[in-house]
Amino acid sequence: MLSNSELMSDDKVVKVALIGNPNTGKTSLFNQLTGLKQKVGNYPGITVEKKQGLCKLNNTIKAEVTDLPGTYSINPTSLDETLVLDTLLNEKNDSYPDVVVVVVEIENIKRNLLLFTQIKDLKIPTILVINMIDQMKRKGIDIDVKKLEESLNTKIVLASARKKIGIDELKSVILDYKKLDAIPISNITDRIDKEYFTKLKNAFPEFPLYKSWLLITQNNEFDFLNNQQKELVLKFREDLGCIKRYQHKETILRYQIINNVLKDSFKVDKSKASDLRGILDRILTHKIFGYVIFALILLFIFQGIFDWATYPMDLIDGAFASLSSWIKTVLPPGTFTNLIAEGIIPGIGGVVIFIPQIAILFTFISILEETGYMSRVVFLMDKIMRKFGMSGKSVIPLISGTACAIPAIMASRNIGNWKERLVTILVIPFTTCSARLPVYAILIALIIPDKQVLGILNLQGLTMMALYLLGFTAALLSAVLLNSTLKVKGKSLFVIEMPNYKIPSIKNIFYEVVEKTKAFIFGAGKIILAISIVLWFLASNGPSKFKNAEEFVTSKQENKELTESALQKKVASYKLEHSYIGYMGKSIEPAIKPMGYDWKIGIALISSFAAREVFVGALATIYNVDSDSENVGTIKQRMAAEINPDTGKKRFDFPTGVSLLLFYAFAMQCVGTLAIVKRETNSWKWPIFQLVGMGLLAYISAIIAFNIFS
Amino acid sequence: MFKTIANLQIGEKAFIEKLCLDNIPLKLLEMGCLPGIEVQLIQKAPMQDPLYIKVNGSHLAIRRETAEKITIVVK
Repeated sequence: MLSNSELMSDDKVVKVALIGNPNTGKTSLFNQLTGLKQKVGNYPGITVEKKQGLCKLNNTIKAEVTDLPGTYSINPTSLDETLVLDTLLNEKNDSYPDVVVVVVEIENIKRNLLLFTQIKDLKIPTILVINMIDQMKRKGIDIDVKKLEESLNTKIVLASARKKIGIDELKSVILDYKKLDAIPISNITDRIDKEYFTKLKNAFPEFPLYKSWLLITQNNEFDFLNNQQKELVLKFREDLGCIKRYQHKETILRYQIINNVLKDSFKVDKSKASDLRGILDRILTHKIFGYVIFALILLFIFQGIFDWATYPMDLIDGAFASLSSWIKTVLPPGTFTNLIAEGIIPGIGGVVIFIPQIAILFTFISILEETGYMSRVVFLMDKIMRKFGMSGKSVIPLISGTACAIPAIMASRNIGNWKERLVTILVIPFTTCSARLPVYAILIALIIPDKQVLGILNLQGLTMMALYLLGFTAALLSAVLLNSTLKVKGKSLFVIEMPNYKIPSIKNIFYEVVEKTKAFIFGAGKIILAISIVLWFLASNGPSKFKNAEEFVTSKQENKELTESALQKKVASYKLEHSYIGYMGKSIEPAIKPMGYDWKIGIALISSFAAREVFVGALATIYNVDSDSENVGTIKQRMAAEINPDTGKKRFDFPTGVSLLLFYAFAMQCVGTLAIVKRETNSWKWPIFQLVGMGLLAYISAIIAFNIFS
Repeated sequence: MFKTIANLQIGEKAFIEKLCLDNIPLKLLEMGCLPGIEVQLIQKAPMQDPLYIKVNGSHLAIRRETAEKITIVVK
């Protein structure tokens, strides 16, 4: 993943893989080792992020550190974990490590060591980092490092990644990795079934025995095997019952070994342990207070996304608008300038404007995750969410969906059960994402009177809230429907660790937010930008009438009296009508008429197919308002004055407004989301299903609403 | 009738007797749920599901359906 120049600058690069259970502080250690020299890329073909960074070991030697996803064992149960296995088995993998650093946490050392013993059996040089040693005294823990090193046959580094303890020592141990021996801890396979494993050993004499065992126990295809090896693997896999039994036996034996090792070298004085965890758990998972606290936290997060984020968003909005006008003044007029000023800059602006909300949202989410609170939310919400065919782990993606569906769908990865995950992915786009806000805002302003009800509540504000509830309700109801109709095999285990509470590390949160925001910009951003350019092209080009617009409008008798700027607007409006997109709008008019729309709204609908928020900008162009002013007031006035020639009434009357609100609440108008769903489900089937299903719901409910209120 | 983790009261401790191997995924064993190991019920979520347990030093939440498959011997 790191560019060639970085690697070429010094050919002495040690490849290090960081492996550990979740919640062991592995990421903190990674951040300490690599600092800002991190890169997040994707593993080829799949979407799991690959985090790598460079670390200077001494003046000439660097380490290329890969932060592998947290896992409890190398037997994978999710996509993320499969990756850990592949990195360790496939010697042709780019990140196949010279040395593995297994990170364990002092409090859960027993369970953490399971993974260590597995990796050790693969005969890869392995270093053991015992993290969070600063808590050792407080928790009454005593470790005999020498003894532990001897019995585990490894080099141990005591560290506290957050307090920067042990980092230099780790670097020097990595530097000397060739001195580490790669001998398995015990002959565990002999103790399971000597005969069976001898057979296995003879089948794959070229591999370490444990590697062969992993090859036959997994369901994956391993591309690095040759055909003969693949056949052998399949042959061994036939006796599935036997494999399963031996896997269980293996795990039990590993725990026996670990218990024996720890008996002599690891002691806990239980009297010193405090029960802060118990007290917090009793409050935070309480059947009433638990939910009240969660609701308050949610309220606080929404406040952040919808109130605080508006200030930077307004600034960004203004900055890009002035940048566009500035470009127009400095560059010579022409197609190229227009492409930049009207296509590319607003396109980039349309992406950048979401950064404040996404950054704020992920700041909150990573704080909740870092403290360990998130697991309690999953615990509290699981049963309720299951009634809707989802999992407790779906709560976070659904909340994230109120900022943007794209990171929300990515956040659903840790839902182990495929059916629950699929339902979650499919319903997330119903939650009211921030791209719907500008659309809602202008429509509400047009059709709902700005009146106070019951003294304190504002009618427009209430409508906005109702639309949010509508989004959540639609998500939950469609989840119920999907749950009962989808025939997807979805049996898998739900087991989550309830980690101890921790004070969040600012550094980790910062890196997490930067990473997530970058993922959004480069994932969704590219698509939004590309579509904006296509739309710009369609709106600024057209057949013959478009080309002769200027002459035609100017020659018209009624326009002779107009001022220069009014004439320009007339021309722009005429041009739009006869541009490619204008023709597209007209051609769909019969289809959208039942919802109460005309071709002009049709243009806005087509333009906002890629991204909803384009709606307002498109209308601004259509009703030839100076779009650079970004002044909702003027667009609103112009829209309010628009008359429907068929009825003689206002164009944006109540029925049309409600119909549009419903359409935007339900329709799947986001290319970025469709692309991410395709990637995450690995098929076009589900995004197309979403597009059609949500589209139909939007269409039908808009028609019904329009007819009821007309 | 044999008891399972799902029958435990909050705070109650017991020993895991047997895991129904056909139904229990490997992952649960790997997270420390092993025969002969002490298990304690820490908390039940509303509607008695999921269950928050402490086993082998690990704090885990599992669904009731899983808990029902793990038989226990009360001390």
